Amino acid sequence: MKILVVDDEADVQPLFIQRFRKEIRSGEFDFAFSLSGEDALEYLEKNHSEVVLILSDINMPGMTGIELLSRIRHTYEKPPPVVMMITAYGDEENRRQAMQNGANEFLTKPLDFTLLKEKLKTFVE
Amino acid sequence: MRLKTFLLNLIKGKRILEHGVQIHTEEVVQQGDSLESQLNEFEKTRNELEIAKKQLIQLEKMASLGELTAGIAHEIQNPLNFVNNFSEVNAELIDEMQQEIDKGNFEEAKAIACAIKENQQKINQHGKRADSIVKNMLLHSRDNSSEMQPTDINALADEYLRLSYHGLRAKDKTFNSAMMTNLDSNLPKVNVIPQDFGRVLLNLFNNAFYAVHQKQKTADANYKPEVSVTTSLENGQIIIMVKDNGSGIPENIKDKIMQPFFTTKPTGEGTGLGLSLSYDMVVKGHGGNIDIKTKEGEYTQFIITIPI
Ligand SMILES: Nc1ncnc2c1ncn2[C@@H]1O[C@H](COP(=O)(O)OP(=O)(O)O)[C@@H](O)[C@H]1O
Ligand SMILES: [Mg+2]
Repeated sequence: MKILVVDDEADVQPLFIQRFRKEIRSGEFDFAFSLSGEDALEYLEKNHSEVVLILSDINMPGMTGIELLSRIRHTYEKPPPVVMMITAYGDEENRRQAMQNGANEFLTKPLDFTLLKEKLKTFVE
Repeated sequence: MRLKTFLLNLIKGKRILEHGVQIHTEEVVQQGDSLESQLNEFEKTRNELEIAKKQLIQLEKMASLGELTAGIAHEIQNPLNFVNNFSEVNAELIDEMQQEIDKGNFEEAKAIACAIKENQQKINQHGKRADSIVKNMLLHSRDNSSEMQPTDINALADEYLRLSYHGLRAKDKTFNSAMMTNLDSNLPKVNVIPQDFGRVLLNLFNNAFYAVHQKQKTADANYKPEVSVTTSLENGQIIIMVKDNGSGIPENIKDKIMQPFFTTKPTGEGTGLGLSLSYDMVVKGHGGNIDIKTKEGEYTQFIITIPI
């Protein structure tokens, strides 16, 4: 399953690769990374048929995660990719907006990787 | 006292000149006295103003420190998350490595050791990052120690840009902007007073983000707010450019913005001291220069030059 992770912090990439090393090795998950909402849209344009799940930070300079989410919902109707939103602030306003724009899940930073793993696995099934 | 002596001397001189002309010395002395008390009044007012100015400078410092705190919380949380995450991963990896060694899979064990080492570097890097943020915050709040020291301008610029962004972002969730850094990696360390210079940069970034936010409120949906900082080395001078594609500065106030207390912002949002203090610090404090390029409604660029 191809998962696109969108976060402006570059070190999120080695972190995910380490955290999911077993799943990557077994071929269960495959990760792609974008450093901004703009990058993510560009990636999706070329590869959207492969990407099953998108995990995006909300608070990013430039295009926010919420904007990215709404763009994805308007552009890629079927099959609709699963979108999970992550934010550092964990506030109600962001949660409400994320849900309103059609997010499937809402996670708060610091990410609980055990929980994330479980959630990802339920979406695979 | 000086005025009184001066007046008396004047009278003496006049007497000599006018030979025998009777002058009512007493009257003049009285006038002198009243002038002198006026002068004392002025002196007092001036001292009071001087004190008020110091208090305002302190106020501006505290205001920008307040803006900093929210940014700092976010900026420290991030590296801390990385430190925690990478060290948890390393603990797992060490267990795995031991298992591989027990099984005699030394190649695999070596590969794991490499991963551990890389993670260790990340931990160190993010730990240092948090450390330097706290140190800079302390520098910023201190007002006495003002020593020049060799400073990494790029690190300072990068850090204050993020702090400013996250500070404003924490206060107002509708605020958002892209930020760009073009930092010349060949920049030598420069002798500056780091806390002063940090404040200059913070002022410029806060102004720039404010300007793009203002423009965003009226611009159409295609508007992409953007603030960038560029550093370079030219003819033995360090050049730092802070550019925003915000509201710009109207021609008729361009000459005024460096003046103390000049602000176009509503009360509570601006003190009008940021640029005048920045000017003092760059020009008087560091022998540098500040230039402005701007076009109303389009962009503003502040260019700081400092000799190495
Ligand atoms: N980047 C910018 N874009 C547009 N206007 C600016 C910018 N920077 C400064 N100004 C103008 O200069 C004025 C003075 O700035 P400053 O001395 O920092 O005080 P303050 O930010 O408290 O108003 C601001 O009120 C604003 O009108
Ligand atoms: Mg200002």
